[in-house]
Amino acid sequence: MANRSPASSGFWKRNQRRLSPLFFLAPGALMFLIYVVLPIFQSIWISFHDWDGLGAKTFIGIANYAELFSDDAFYTSLTNNLLWLVLYLLAVPAGLAVALFLNQTVTGIRIYKSLFFFPFVISQVVVGLIFTWFYAPNFGLFSALIKSLTGTEIAVLADERFVTYGIIVAGLWPQIAYCMILYLTGLNNINPEQVEAGRMDGARGFRLFWNIILPQLRPATFIAIVVTVIGALRSFDLVSVMTAGGPYGSSRVLSFYMYEEALSEYGYRMGYGAAIAVILFLIMMVFITLFLVRMLSQERNA
Amino acid sequence: MTILKTFGAFALGSALMGSAALAGEIVLNSDHSDPAPKKAMEELIADFQAKNPGITVKWNNFDHEGYKSAIRNFLTADAPDVAAWYAGNRMEPFVKAGLFEDVSDVWAANGLDDQLKSASASMTIDGKKWGVPYTYYQWGIYYRADIFKEQGIEPPKTWAELLAACEKLKAAGITPFAIGTKALWPTGGWFDYLDLRVNGYEFHMDLTSGKVPYTDPKVKAVFEKWGELVKPGYFLENHAALDWQDAIPQLVQGKAAMYLMGNFAVATMKDGGLKEDQIGFMQFPEITAGIPMAEEAPTDTFHIPSGAKNKEDAKKFLAYLASPEAQAKMNATLGQLPVNNKAAKPTDKFLDAGFTMLSNAYALAQFYDRDAPADMAKAGMEGFQEFMVKPDKVDDILAKLEKVRARVYK
Repeated sequence: MANRSPASSGFWKRNQRRLSPLFFLAPGALMFLIYVVLPIFQSIWISFHDWDGLGAKTFIGIANYAELFSDDAFYTSLTNNLLWLVLYLLAVPAGLAVALFLNQTVTGIRIYKSLFFFPFVISQVVVGLIFTWFYAPNFGLFSALIKSLTGTEIAVLADERFVTYGIIVAGLWPQIAYCMILYLTGLNNINPEQVEAGRMDGARGFRLFWNIILPQLRPATFIAIVVTVIGALRSFDLVSVMTAGGPYGSSRVLSFYMYEEALSEYGYRMGYGAAIAVILFLIMMVFITLFLVRMLSQERNA
Repeated sequence: MTILKTFGAFALGSALMGSAALAGEIVLNSDHSDPAPKKAMEELIADFQAKNPGITVKWNNFDHEGYKSAIRNFLTADAPDVAAWYAGNRMEPFVKAGLFEDVSDVWAANGLDDQLKSASASMTIDGKKWGVPYTYYQWGIYYRADIFKEQGIEPPKTWAELLAACEKLKAAGITPFAIGTKALWPTGGWFDYLDLRVNGYEFHMDLTSGKVPYTDPKVKAVFEKWGELVKPGYFLENHAALDWQDAIPQLVQGKAAMYLMGNFAVATMKDGGLKEDQIGFMQFPEITAGIPMAEEAPTDTFHIPSGAKNKEDAKKFLAYLASPEAQAKMNATLGQLPVNNKAAKPTDKFLDAGFTMLSNAYALAQFYDRDAPADMAKAGMEGFQEFMVKPDKVDDILAKLEKVRARVYK
């Protein structure tokens, strides 16, 4: 003790409590800075340039954005993204319904639960392939069914009227399983005393569910909505595997369009791709901010 | 920013150390991952090493799709000594960015201007040669010879005969043309051939290099001819849901009779169960009388990146690759045509027909997605696919393409 320099040990002692959290945070924060925060600003910077990824960047101001707002393909992608967002949210009530159905004690219920959970375990690429075959004209199960019902064959993935819906249905399959799992864990934590009390007061059936069960599932509902909204906005794998944005670009979504423009075989317009990414980022920011505000206000109330 | 630079320098430094080649070694990157091309490359490398005892070739084989993005990385960061790529406009971005080495001296020293004459134009940018072509293959209409015979159809030589043949097939319950447009590029073959036959090679090249607007009446005329096949339903239904291989079973089962494709499709047709004498090959028929017949012949090439470390030996490799013996042997394995006109002729029936056709061709086009710049090609082929589904929207489609043209060729 006596031979340590008093100045340094004094400084460390005085500030230990304030400094050590910073040291613990530093590795994670550094990675986050390099791999998340800096690229965001880099993307914004690139979106003001005309750049093929190889040569020199040319600064063109907001020309990429100006072009984007008069680009039909951009509006098609945006509309499809909205469709995704709205229809994908069906996974939340559907997942809840399945969870309620499975939340009973019957022999072998674990097997049924895992069967329902199964689609979430398979990779999105495999889901996409399965549904592509399902819809395939000439030999697909679905097109055979439609043919036997209506007499005409519909190639879902080649028809601009149905293609996006077809892909969303494929996406709903694993997403419902995900929401179901969230609700199943939520249902495990239901307070039996409250249910009992409700029963005593004469609540049953739907009213019991709506007034007693659902409020207790709010945390699960919140998480389910968050992951579903984010999942809808970043939908990419299914579009890429099932149609590659076709037929003639009618099933594109923003993230796929960004990939096509910036990174695909026919693309390498880095600036334009970055501009699409920035727009997608702004749309996501709206939702992320909403969620954050909600979470913070809940924490404050708690 | 300094952090980024330090990181970049570090990454570059370690990459350079990793690839520091030995003297007498050349690093070769290519995408010959399918069985036949892989075998052809193995033979080529073994023969080259036997002829040049001091040199060893280190070969990195990539898969097709991965290669297209990998090449952009390795050309700038960690250049090999030889890299595979394609002729025409496809190599232009790399040439313009200074990433490919001028190899005009290899051409001059080995008499390649004469021997590789047919591909000379598509290897030249700014009057210099930027690589060596080693293989190409013909496009044309492959048809079911037995079905034609049954229906009493002679292979059509003119547009009127083609339409008559289609009508006859359709009446017999057979779809005239198989096609799968999911991957878009098969539509490019149709547009190229129709434009080459309606307006000729010069106009087609002017169009793909951006000198003519897509709203030009001559372009509209191409789509009118195309419409004569689309509107009566002469193409496979639901083609937008199919890949090109998915349309082959229709041909094999006799539900479709013709397929405009590259010669690589023959192998798939045979795998599907067709015998050689069931398949016929014909040149795309004449449309506008008197226009010299140009053909489609996509060419594959090798280049020396400007960042190569062993350019001297790499040039020896290119010279060997260009030689008649090397090209004859390699293409016999590939099942394609040698570019070198001194190389031994192929014995295969379809290749022989292709060889004769291409030797007499007025000029060679590379393919829509190699002749036109990438973003134009993408928009163009999307428009062609839309036209094949909704032929009445032709004016909207052409207006859209013209908008893209105005942006791409500034």
